[in-house]
Amino acid sequence: MPHAGAHAEAQRHPQARAHVEGQQHPIKLYLVVWGWLFVLSAFSYLVDYFHLQGYLRWFLILLFMILKAGLIVAVFMHMAWERLALVYAILVPPVAVLVFVAIMVFESDYTLLTRLLFFGTGS
Amino acid sequence: MAESALTNTGATLTPPAGWRGLVADWASDQRAFKNVSWGKAMMWIFLLSDTFIFSCFLLSYMTVRISTPVPWPNPSQVFALHIGGTEIPLILIAIMTFVLISSSGTMAMAVNFGYRRDRVRTAALMLATAALGATFVGMQTFEWTKLIMEGVRPWGNPWGAPQFGSSFFMITGFHGTHVTFGVIFLIIIARKVLRGDFDRAARGFFTSRKGRYEIVEIMGLYWHFVDLVWVFIFAFFYLW
Repeated sequence: MPHAGAHAEAQRHPQARAHVEGQQHPIKLYLVVWGWLFVLSAFSYLVDYFHLQGYLRWFLILLFMILKAGLIVAVFMHMAWERLALVYAILVPPVAVLVFVAIMVFESDYTLLTRLLFFGTGS
Repeated sequence: MAESALTNTGATLTPPAGWRGLVADWASDQRAFKNVSWGKAMMWIFLLSDTFIFSCFLLSYMTVRISTPVPWPNPSQVFALHIGGTEIPLILIAIMTFVLISSSGTMAMAVNFGYRRDRVRTAALMLATAALGATFVGMQTFEWTKLIMEGVRPWGNPWGAPQFGSSFFMITGFHGTHVTFGVIFLIIIARKVLRGDFDRAARGFFTSRKGRYEIVEIMGLYWHFVDLVWVFIFAFFYLW
């Protein structure tokens, strides 16, 4: 029974069979992703061109950034077709960076506070 | 069953997928990455370590930008160019972004043609990737020259917070170095492809291992990573 399940999995995930000849995907897929990366880059450039400010600007910048990064990693770097053992080994550790970001935001806010208290407002 | 497990290295047995596969792969007391060669796994692990390096650069940039009471120079104006009498904000950076994305596209297609053993097309697409990468570095050199002539130094600039210069030169310089090394290795691999090294499994100069078209994909991983880093630099340094 577990064998039958594994076999069915292999039918649905052709990368298990593509051990010898490596990753094979239609060229069209790459061209579509290429096009989307162009569109998303144009969007993020337009965010600056139209002088959007505040939370809308930051939200849009992050949104287009994450979409572009996701497309590159998933399709161009073939992460979407790798086994989970590799996917998690590579994609989970960078999450620790977010903790580091949080720590450094606290730290730099404190530095700014002390600078304003002891050196006044300007340079 | 036990014998097949001893004699086969997992190539013929289909390993389970999904979460069960994740646990099984890591708990198998053999190799964790079942259908990934050591070369590809090592490239991924190198890229992970490089991710942390670039993360630290962007983090230190974030820290100095938040903690300075002096206004940060507006990148939209700093990187603007006069074209035809009008000032277009960030235009050079936008063109550089499109050039690097295009190079990623040609690289992805090169990997595909490599696995189809299309020698000439693979090499041509890799050389196109290298040319686009070299164009990117050239435009970055132009940008550096322009900024240095305008008085940007690692310790100061005419527009605001002095940390702007050091962050800029550190982050874009390290990224440009990555692109430059990528271009060099692209040309080396493209030459091997064109020479047919991977068709007759010629042994490598350093490793003495048989050459395979997978090296094109491994090279591609590095190149896409360089593009990936630029996505983050573009968002955080130039647009923020």
